Formats: sequence, C-alpha cells, structure tokens
Amino acid sequence: MAVKVVERRPLTLAERTYLPQILAGLRVTWENMVRPPVTLQYPDERPAIPQNYRGVPTLVRDPEGREKCVSCQLCEFVCPPKAIRITPGEIPADAPTAHVEKAPKEFEINMLRCIYCGLCQEVCPEEAIWLQTQYSMTGLSREAMVNDKARLYELGGTLPDAHRKWDVKKTEAERQAGGAH
Amino acid sequence: MESFLLDLLASPSWPFAASRGVIVIGVLMTIAGYSVLLERKASAWIQGRIGPNRTSHPLIAWIPLLGTFLMKGGFIQPAADGLKFLFKEDPLPGHVRKGYYVLAPIVALAPALATVVMLPFGRLPDGNVIALCPGADVGVLFMFAISSLGVYGIALAGWSANSKYPFLGAVRGSAQLISYELAMGLSVLTVFLATAAPGVDSPLSLVAIVDSQKGAWNVLGHPLAALIFLICVFAETNRHPFDMPESETDLVGGFHTEYGSFKFGLFFVAEYGHMVIGSSLFILMFLGGWHVLPWLPTVGTGVVATLAGLAAFFLKLAFFLFFFVWVRWTVPRFRYDQVMRIGWRVLLPAAIVNLLAYFAWYAYKG
Amino acid sequence: MVTDNKPSLVAINVDGVEHLVPAGANLVDVLGRIGREVPHYCYHPKLPVAGNCRMCLVELGSPMRDRATNEVILENGKPKIGWQPKPAIACATTVSPGLHVKLDSPVVKSCREGVTEMLLVNHPLDCPICDQAGECKLQEYSAEYGRGASRYDHEKNAKPKRSRLGPRVTLDDERCILCSRCVRFTSEVAKDPVLGFVNRGSFNTLTCFPGRELDHNYSLNTVDICPVGALTSTDFRFKMRVWFLKQTPSVDTESSAGANTIVWSREGVIHRITPRRNDAVNDTWMADSGRELYKQVTAENRLRHATVRGARATAEEALAAASEVLAAGPLAVVGSGRLSVEEQGLLARIVSARGAAAYVPAHVGKGDGLLVSEDRTPNFRGALVTGLTAREADADLRALAADIESGKVRALLICREDVTALGLSATLLAKVRTVVIGTHADATTAAAEVVIPGLTVFEKHGTFINCQFRLQAFAQAVPGPAGVMPDALTLARLAGADAGLVWQDLSALPQLTGLDGAKLPAEGVQLDGSAWSRLRFPEGRLLKVATPA
Repeated sequence: MAVKVVERRPLTLAERTYLPQILAGLRVTWENMVRPPVTLQYPDERPAIPQNYRGVPTLVRDPEGREKCVSCQLCEFVCPPKAIRITPGEIPADAPTAHVEKAPKEFEINMLRCIYCGLCQEVCPEEAIWLQTQYSMTGLSREAMVNDKARLYELGGTLPDAHRKWDVKKTEAERQAGGAH
Repeated sequence: MESFLLDLLASPSWPFAASRGVIVIGVLMTIAGYSVLLERKASAWIQGRIGPNRTSHPLIAWIPLLGTFLMKGGFIQPAADGLKFLFKEDPLPGHVRKGYYVLAPIVALAPALATVVMLPFGRLPDGNVIALCPGADVGVLFMFAISSLGVYGIALAGWSANSKYPFLGAVRGSAQLISYELAMGLSVLTVFLATAAPGVDSPLSLVAIVDSQKGAWNVLGHPLAALIFLICVFAETNRHPFDMPESETDLVGGFHTEYGSFKFGLFFVAEYGHMVIGSSLFILMFLGGWHVLPWLPTVGTGVVATLAGLAAFFLKLAFFLFFFVWVRWTVPRFRYDQVMRIGWRVLLPAAIVNLLAYFAWYAYKG
Repeated sequence: MVTDNKPSLVAINVDGVEHLVPAGANLVDVLGRIGREVPHYCYHPKLPVAGNCRMCLVELGSPMRDRATNEVILENGKPKIGWQPKPAIACATTVSPGLHVKLDSPVVKSCREGVTEMLLVNHPLDCPICDQAGECKLQEYSAEYGRGASRYDHEKNAKPKRSRLGPRVTLDDERCILCSRCVRFTSEVAKDPVLGFVNRGSFNTLTCFPGRELDHNYSLNTVDICPVGALTSTDFRFKMRVWFLKQTPSVDTESSAGANTIVWSREGVIHRITPRRNDAVNDTWMADSGRELYKQVTAENRLRHATVRGARATAEEALAAASEVLAAGPLAVVGSGRLSVEEQGLLARIVSARGAAAYVPAHVGKGDGLLVSEDRTPNFRGALVTGLTAREADADLRALAADIESGKVRALLICREDVTALGLSATLLAKVRTVVIGTHADATTAAAEVVIPGLTVFEKHGTFINCQFRLQAFAQAVPGPAGVMPDALTLARLAGADAGLVWQDLSALPQLTGLDGAKLPAEGVQLDGSAWSRLRFPEGRLLKVATPA
C-alpha cells in the first residue's frame, strides 16, 4: 500500500491554547443535552422487535395446524452448545398427518445452554424451528429453563408455509392412487 | 422571632454558633448529596438518557403530582444513596494499615467542612455578612491553607490501603495538588492587588473582595487570572479532566479502590464539598459573590435584597456544579505527564506573567 | 479352501498411474482398495454381480496388438491403448494385465451425473425423515457426483410408503432404486427367495411373493445392504439418526459361530447392532436374533446391586461375604461358555487353587447352517483353552447334584448360569452355600446366599473363542449400571489376582502364546484347536465351516 505523507499544518495560537476546542466541545455536549433522551423505560416500554430478530428458538405449526418438525435431528446435531434434545417418534398410520410419518415425541431446548446462534433455524429442512421475537426468558429453577415440546409450540404459534411440500405430496399420491400416472 | 433569627445568623454566643455550625454542615452535606443527583441527571441528559427516575417511597409516591414529580426527578435518590452507604456492610480489608485506613476518609472530609466556616453567603439587611465566622481578615488565606489539607486524606488513603493502585493514585494526587496550588495562589494575587485600594481595611477578606465588585466583576478585569484559577479549581478538586487520583481506567478506582460502604461515601461527600468550596471561591472572587449582576449589586432593599443576594449566590453555585459535570463529559482525561506539563509549564508561567503585568500596570497608574 | 501360494499380481493403469493388483479380482473391489472408489449401488462384494444400477460406468481400454504378429503396437515408445468406444460397468469387469481405466474423464462424469439424475427422478427426497440419511449411498453419491439441481418439473411417482415386508422389515417403495441387492441376498445367501420385482417401467416395485413374508432369521441383512432407505428395520425405525451413534466392535453372543458385530450406541444407550465384515467368520451378515440381544442391557430383571442373604449389599461387602462362603468347605464351580476368555482364565485359577470340581453346562439348540450354530454359548472353546474344563460340555449337572446330596460339596460358585434349569433344584441349592455371579435375576440368584451382579457383553471388554477356535475381541460399548464391577474384576478379587495382568497368565497357555487380548487385530486370531480334535462338538455346517468338527 502506498503511503502518502501528509504535512501536518502547524497549530495556530488559538488552537495551542486548546480553549476554542473546549468551547466547541462544550457546545456539542450542550446540544446533546437538550436533545430528547433515546432511552426506553424497559420493563414499562418494550422495544419494537424486527421480524428477523434472533430470539428464543421455537417450534411452529403450518396454517393447517400440523406440526412441521419431523424430528430429523439436524438441529440437535448442529447445535454448538448441545442445547437441543429430541426424542424421535412415528406418527400413527391412522393420524390425519400419517403421510409425514415422523414427528418428535419429545423436543427439549435447554435455554440455559442456548446461545441464540440461529444455526438450528438455518439447518432446519422443514422450516419448523424459528428464532422469533421473544427475547426475555426467566425461570426460578434449572428445570423451568428447559422448554419442552408443548412450550415450544406455545411460543412458536403458526407461521405461513409457502411450500406446502407434504400437502402437495399427499395430493399427488391420492391422484395417482386414482389411476393417473 | 426576628431577633432570634438574627441571633441565629450572627450572634457570637456559643449555642447559636453551634446551631449555625450544624445548619451549615447540614446544608453542605445536602448540597453535596444533591450534587450527586445533579451529576447523575446531567450525565444522563448529555448521554441521551433519563437518569434516576425510579426511587420513591410509598408515603411520597402517594402525594398526587408532587410525588410523581419527586420520583421522576430523582429527588429521593440521594436519600436512597446515603442510606445505602450507611447500611452496607463495612468490611475492613485484612491487608490495610487499619488506623490510617479508618482515619483517611475523616481527614479528607474535615478540611472541606472546616473551610465552610469562612465562607460568606450573602449580606443581611443590617449590613452584616452571613457566615459562620464573618469578617475574618484573612479568609482567603485560611481557606487555601485548610482546603489543601484535603490531599492528606488522599495520600493517607492510598498509602494505608497497602495496594498498588491506591498508592499510585495517592502519589499522583499529591503531586497534582502541589503543582496547581502554586498557579492558583499566584493567579488570585492580582485580585488582591485590585481590591487593596486605599481605604480598604482588609483586602484579604472575602467580604472586601466581594464589596469591591459592586461595579465590574473581577472576571472582566482579570480574565486570565480567572481562567487560571478556574482550571486550578478543577485540578484541586480532582475533577475531570484532572481526576488523576481516581482515573478508573488505569487505576481501577484510584486512591479509594480498597474502600467501601460509608467510608467510600465520606470520600464522595468530601469531593463534592471541595467542589462547592472551589466554586464558591471562584464566585466570590471573580463573579461578584452575592451581587446579582455586574453594575447591579442588589435588587430591592432590606430582606428582599438579602434574599436576592442569596438567590444570586446559590444560582451561580448551581451553575458551577453543573459546569463541573458539563466539562466532565466534554474534555477527556489528561495523561499524567500532560497534567504536570500544563501545571508547571503553562499555568505557572502564565500566572507569573499575569501578575507581573498587573504589577507594572498598577505601578504605571500609581 | 485357502491356497498356500499368494495370488499373482497384475499391473493395471488407472488414470495414467500404474498399480499392482491381484489377478482376477473385481475391478470395483480393486479400485476401492487402491483408494480410487468407484460409486456403485447394486454391486456388493458378497453377492453375485447384477450390473443394473449403471453407476460404476468407467472407460476401459487395453494395449492394442498387431493381428498378424500379436505384438504390442507401440506409439511414442509406449503401448498404444485401444479404448472401448462406450463406457463399461466396473463391477462386471475383472482385472487383466495391462487394463487401462479412466475414472475422471468427461464421459465418466457425465455418465454418473446422468445415472444419478435418473435415480433421483422419482426419489421422494425425504431425507429429513429417512433413517438411512447419514449412511445413504444415494445421498453421498448425489452430493459427490450429482448435478446439484433438478431439471425434473413433473410430479413424482407415488408408491406405498410403509409396507410391512416381514415382522422386522418395513419397506418404503418410493425410495427404492431397484438395485436388487435384497433380492439376490434372499435367494443366494439366505436361500429363502421371497423378494422380487413386479410391474414395469416406473411402476417397477419391490415386493414379497404373494402369501409369503420376509420372516427368516436373516431378513435384517437386507436392511444393511440396502444402499438407500427403502428397507428399514422396524425396531430401529425413527429411533435415532445414525450420525449420533458411536460404533463399537463387538461379537455376537447368541452362538459359538461368533459373528462380528458393530454396536451402535449414543450416550450409554444401545440403539442397534449390525454385522461387521469378517471374511473368515460371517462375511457381512448376521442373524436377526443376535441383533435383539442389546435389549438384555435394560431388561426388567437386570441385577443392579449385590445381595448377601437377600439383603442389599455394597460390592465390597458382597466380595467379603463371597470369600467367606467359598472358604466354607469343599468347593464346586459351575463355569460357563458365556464367560469371556479372561473370566474363564481367572475362574480356572480358583478351580486349580482350591482343587474344586468344575462344570461347564452345555446349551444346545438347532443350528441353521449359516451363522447360528448348535452350541448356543459364544465361548465354550475358551473354557477348553483356559483349562477350565477338559471335557465336552456337561449335558446336565447330575454329578454335581449327587455330590451336594452326599455332602462332598459344601460351597458352590456359579457364574452366568441358571443351574435350576439344569437339574439343580432350589431345595438342593439350600443344602450348600452358594455364590452367584450373574447379570439377570433368575431362580438361581433367588436361591443363592451371595449374589454379585455382572456386566453384559456390551458393558465390558474381553475376548471370545468361537467354534473355529478363532480368538475375537469385543469392546465396551456402554457403561454398566452404577457400582457394578466387571465380572473379571470380581473373579480376580476372589482369586486374589490382578485383573489387569490376566493376559500375562493367559499368554503362557500353549494356544495363546504371545497374544494379548487388548491388542488383537479386528478380524481376530486363528488358534490351534487340534489338541481337542478328539472331542465331539455339537456344531454342524456353518457359513464358513464346511464340515462338522
């Protein structure tokens, strides 16, 4: 990298006394003081959380109410602090979502371990785990800080599903069962 | 009733003098406490924050409007702070020199309280000065002499703590105070020269200095001296940008690193006491004391004039306390070598040149 | 049988690099061995070649020869290579001298891309719910050799997703790539050809013959060899992803065939058992029955703590009580073919030191001629080699019963055997003082004075000697119940020996000279069993044992 030597301008007498600079600084701080404060009164006022915020990881359902997680355990694998623990399970053949075949029997996220890195959301092939806008987790015991499946779905709610891949698959299977090919 | 109040203000008999002492100490401590609030609030405003606005008490919060106002303004915060310092556990570290360690905060606070004795606030309708020890001829010298003793508190604290950061803070503090005392003393000599007009009894008395400013304030006649004195007040009170003894970024907490609870609180009060005294001295010597405006020494007569003078004095004081905070968030802390350079190579020569120039001027004028 | 002379080597040229490889070997095997793996689905080293997946297409060539003189034609001083005009499948090629192979040419790459794309046309791509994910050849090769994006914008074929092929196997037809490995296995290895393809084109579907089920004892091998997730184990289905599982080499304990296994566990929980390739013992197969043995680890009646006269005791208290019981009078020992070689060696020390009578009961079942032998203990040969017994396994314990009746035996040490099932009634056991080392509660442990819990094969390490006199090691896959000592440690304490030095004594035995159980090769060590050639063993024909011993 070329180095360009810049001659430093000699200071004037006023600058050498440092006083004009102090006065300019006093002006800056004064202007800051008369500006309205930017502070949020936190517990009373809550900040507006952007939609892409990385808050507490949650599980979501699709608009039909089907749980999207198929317990592929990729999030459990990728989780750097090993906060996620999944017990996989099979969807019974007579359930309405039997075509998905697999769903978590138990899904636990230990919020004492979670580092909010969002890798679970990034890795999820089903878009089932989302770090949403919830940012404040409190509990009175270690057990209370472990979110189980019911709590994760309660926190997650329903998110729109643009792909509907399992529905598409089911519809096609039904169509082909009718003899089409 | 009126005579009782007058006695309380001016009677030399000891019960009244003692009551005066208690009142002035109470006022000084209260001013120090609310200086802390001012410091916290002003810091918050400058930084775009709100500052303390939560502390309250059910009995006060219950009052409509006023209770809310007191809470939002943080006016109950100093009480909470003081109570906190009082009721915290007061540990004595195992490695300190215990006697001196306990003595240090007292030594730091005592000069601040003692100098207030000489401080005149205003003038009564009968012409007497409101002060604990009114009309002392050598008020200024006494104040300089006693307030300089505050450095012993710092030195003692740093040394008795038996720990390297406090020690460094104490060494810096001592060196800094000695350095700036010289420039400070030399700068005010020009004021004494101006005051010592023919016919003035005791030109070293603060009352005489204030009285000599009925027309132009000294800050107009002695701007360089005022500037040097102001800078030295900052250095003497260990305030930013001269807070070498504390300097939390390089010395953890400086001389009071090893102190906690009420002992730390005493250092805290002492610092604000020094701020009050330094500001008062500047006001008395350069800003006309209790005179309302230049060329307008008083408004009204009798009690009204007294109250106007008191208001003028305390408004000036409040502005100065705010000014300390204002400067704190404007000017970054000097390096230690810069502090020494400014003190010895800038302020001291400037004060000497200033003094010589006034000598020459008065000699020429005759 | 194995011939003495080494296989002759021939030189082949792979992408311009010469390699010396065994003559007559399969090209896929050879390339895999020299580190140039060819992707393949249908080829399996232990099954006949079918050549239907076309994934292993490579370009082949050989030196050209003059038709008249049969001389090699040279070009620039090197043999001129005649390349075959079309790519050929490596799995149907045996290496021949001068064979030239191109693995990286544009033709080969486009072949692989094309085959992968064709296979993925109707593949459901449900890797998130597929148990094969992580060990799926289709997944690996698609990532390595596929195009990366699909050009197929029609609807995929829908096929049955969870059909029951047999009691232990579930089929997902959509994932099947029709490699026919499972079909060949059932007909060629298991000799029970129940699987086949029906329909044509994209309707082509794997299915069972009507009225039949894939229910023989080797059905789960089809799951192992399935390169995709079409055949899944009903037991392991949706239980755990394979990438979490730790693989531990072990040995099947259901019979003296000693099939080599891998135990897959995660955090102390075993999830499945699969075969481990050993060409001298089990090739790449094992019986279904051996895969369920891990369930004994968490069985209800598992012994988790020691008892002395029915009261719970610490290990130290139990050991002290056991020593006291064993010293009570004339001792008899019931050893077992279920003990490891180390444990049998330590037990043999107790037997010789105390002059005790030793019994090793026989457990005989029906053999299947493949990997389940008639002797249903994994290590009876170990009892012979370590000198615990010198005779054939005891069909019953009548002699011991008589000794107890007559008072000739006052103390009894039983290891891993339920003697009440072998003719020693509980009333008889009440006449002697008994110490039992066992893993599960049974009538014998209920009658014993001192019960010391032991560990299953999955919770300890050691060695077994199978019916071929092959010494094979098993490693610890999961920790045992808290506070339970390994059997070898218990026996060492009772024998006054150091469990860590057990192989110092064992390697002094003639058959084990110079061996160390902790440093055995993965495929095991063949021992000399000729000393016991006069004994009659129950085993018949097995996969790798041609004639009954």
